[in-house]
Amino acid sequence: MEAVKQELKEKIISVLNLEDVNPEDIKDTDPLFGAGLGLDSIDALELIVMLDKDYGIKLLDPKEGKAIFESIETMAKYISENRTK
Amino acid sequence: MSKCYINGTGCISAQRTFDTVFLEAAEVNNQENVLTIKDPVYKNYISPGAIRRMGKGVKAGIVASSQAMQEAGLENVDAIITGTGMGCMEDSEKFLKAIIDNNESFLTPTSFIQSTHNTVGAQIALGLKCTGYNFTYVQNAVSFESSLLDASLQFASDEIENVLVGGIDETVEYTMSLFKLAGYIKTESEKPYQIFPAKSKGVVYGEGATFFLLENKITSSTYAELAGVEIINKLPIEEAEQKLNQFLAENNCRISDLDAVVLGYNGDIDDEIYFKNLAENCLKNITQLYYKHLSGAYHTASAFGLWIGAKIIHTQEIPAIVRANAIAKDQYNTILLYNHHKGRDHSFTLLKRCQSTT
Amino acid sequence: MNQGVAITGMGIISAIGNTVEENFTALTNNKVGISTIDNIVTIHSDSIKVGEIKKTNEALVAELGLPADNNFSRTAMLGAIAAKQAVKNAGITDINEYKTGLISSTSVGGMDMTERYYYEYFKNSSILKYVESHDGGDSSQKIADTLGITGIVSTISTACSSAANAIMLGARLIKAGKLDRVIVGGTDALAKFTINGFKTLMILSDTDNTPFDNERKGLNLGEAAAYLVLESDEVVRKEGKKVLAYVSGYGNANDAYHQTASSENGDGAFLAMQKAMKVAGLGVDDIDYINAHGTATPNNDLSEGRAIIRMFGNKAPDFSSTKPFTGHTLAAAAAIEAVYSVLSLQNNVIFPNLNFKTPMSEFDLLPQTSLKHKPIQHVLSNSFGFGGNCSTLIFSKSE
Repeated sequence: MEAVKQELKEKIISVLNLEDVNPEDIKDTDPLFGAGLGLDSIDALELIVMLDKDYGIKLLDPKEGKAIFESIETMAKYISENRTK
Repeated sequence: MSKCYINGTGCISAQRTFDTVFLEAAEVNNQENVLTIKDPVYKNYISPGAIRRMGKGVKAGIVASSQAMQEAGLENVDAIITGTGMGCMEDSEKFLKAIIDNNESFLTPTSFIQSTHNTVGAQIALGLKCTGYNFTYVQNAVSFESSLLDASLQFASDEIENVLVGGIDETVEYTMSLFKLAGYIKTESEKPYQIFPAKSKGVVYGEGATFFLLENKITSSTYAELAGVEIINKLPIEEAEQKLNQFLAENNCRISDLDAVVLGYNGDIDDEIYFKNLAENCLKNITQLYYKHLSGAYHTASAFGLWIGAKIIHTQEIPAIVRANAIAKDQYNTILLYNHHKGRDHSFTLLKRCQSTT
Repeated sequence: MNQGVAITGMGIISAIGNTVEENFTALTNNKVGISTIDNIVTIHSDSIKVGEIKKTNEALVAELGLPADNNFSRTAMLGAIAAKQAVKNAGITDINEYKTGLISSTSVGGMDMTERYYYEYFKNSSILKYVESHDGGDSSQKIADTLGITGIVSTISTACSSAANAIMLGARLIKAGKLDRVIVGGTDALAKFTINGFKTLMILSDTDNTPFDNERKGLNLGEAAAYLVLESDEVVRKEGKKVLAYVSGYGNANDAYHQTASSENGDGAFLAMQKAMKVAGLGVDDIDYINAHGTATPNNDLSEGRAIIRMFGNKAPDFSSTKPFTGHTLAAAAAIEAVYSVLSLQNNVIFPNLNFKTPMSEFDLLPQTSLKHKPIQHVLSNSFGFGGNCSTLIFSKSE
């Protein structure tokens, strides 16, 4: 689980091109959207593709992402429980 | 029926034009057949949250436009009108490649949403929270002049008091390789490349973002009056002189009133015929200038040409590097620009000095 | 009110017909043009439906009588077909008798050829002719050449609002006396580029699109081209032209909210409608029908609906989206919907908003779901695009 969290932080920074952010800046429970990292709806779509491509998890409705992408913690948990690769 | 004045400019080009007075740092690069822009430090102007999705044309456009506004001392505008021949090529190419290379799988939206031709205008509006009129023209060599024409119509009907008008194009690797393949760009074997007089077909390509803040009044920052602009899709070479005279007459002017002409010589021997036809005949006694050896040739390079014209009227000096002939004048009060591409999309643009700015 | 600029001709090709008459017949007989995709090979063919024109490129080449070495993109061919119809419909025999221009629009221009030949260019020199057809302006050059127009030719590309802006600029050029006559409109062919683009945004519906329905799932893409002929009052008088309708109002504003999403309360849409009403000199009670943008994406319909409520209060005029018939034809959308608006004025009819079942939970707006006959004097047409671009046109009856 810890490894997945670290991996996610690195991936999010790279996929979303967050140049000035370091993995250690992102706390596991920080909100990713809105006030926290400041991600938006387009980033959510990028993350949906990342789930599909890297973990074999397909989300068909972007609304499903809302709860999953709340924080690194929620994402890591969802991935650990649902990954197919 | 307001007139229209250039009260601010911002220019990001293949030369150092961003933090200079004029062309004092310009150098001819005859070793490359694609000239790329000298980037300012974008992070100094654009927030990290916004910049992370932007292609280079968007970044350059935002910075050039903000410089134009700053010079004019404005914090917002009534309208934003942009021209781009090729649009946001970087993101278009990224998305298209991803579609083909991944067989339509695992695609993400960012490059698609940044790929539309109006992205630069949209991102400027978003940054300024500007809800005014926002148009983007994509008509090859008159993309920028279409924007000027639109702006001048709106000044004439008093719909706006000020407007940002800009021309933006970006180069991108694979498309440049296609242009080389299709013979639009000079071949490596021709190095060192010569733009004027032209020796062969093809151009030295370029990119840039040039913005102008136009207002309906003369201020302490006024460069010149944008006195007229005309676009003509197809102009037989033998009719060019008559069209030019007609354009000048419509703007209460004659060839003998011109102090300089800025010509769009682009290094292509076929395109050059159109310019020479005027330069060697009706314009032969006029100071002649060119600029695409500095900016490279691209659809909105004529905006760089207009920047040169405006700077000359403002500084009353002609840098030696842009001269195409040796004729000099004491004053530069009236300047004409003429451009076209492959015999299509001709444009005439007229600048006049404003007395109170002298 | 202000009379506006005369429309004296129109032409169209869309998924519901190859002529103005065919489009009208389809609109009044619930004949929809949404189908599975035939002309493009895509892995999404089972999961999307589109408003496709069922003619191959070869058929379009033959229809236009183009030589074998032509380099028309599909976008240019559709545009040329519709523009020729418009000029013919306006009874124009000598295009250069008056100062005539062309203001066209497209979103991705010749992308249909670029995506087909992207890597092949290096292997096959016979297709290199298509490199130059990629540019947005190329389709307009070809349409100008087809019609013989040599003067003012330009192209607007503001995503899905493009053609509305082309019509707007055309009207301005006539009003300013820069032109006596101008052909205005837009063209866009289906392309993998846009199909995949909208797919990544997860706003493509796998079923028929259902504008303003609470359960709406997104849009169906479409392809089309349509053009109007606008002429000055002087030309109309001199030639004794029949005026089909007038472009009486236009407004453009930017939402300045997000690159792709519309603001929650439809700020840009509201401003565009407000400006257009002002230009037309009309009040809210004067509008008889709104041809809505109504793409059936969750975001658009909510934002547009709220803007309509802001503009018209709780007495919104009859409104419908015609996109269930045609799909969302991007840059061409406002042009085909301009034709539909004129047809509405000419025939005193409101076209139905098909596929509507459940009212949206956020407000009480109900689209007109069946064909409705009533006197129509003024039609308002909305078109919104990426980059926050919001445009409104108002068309008014000719007498």
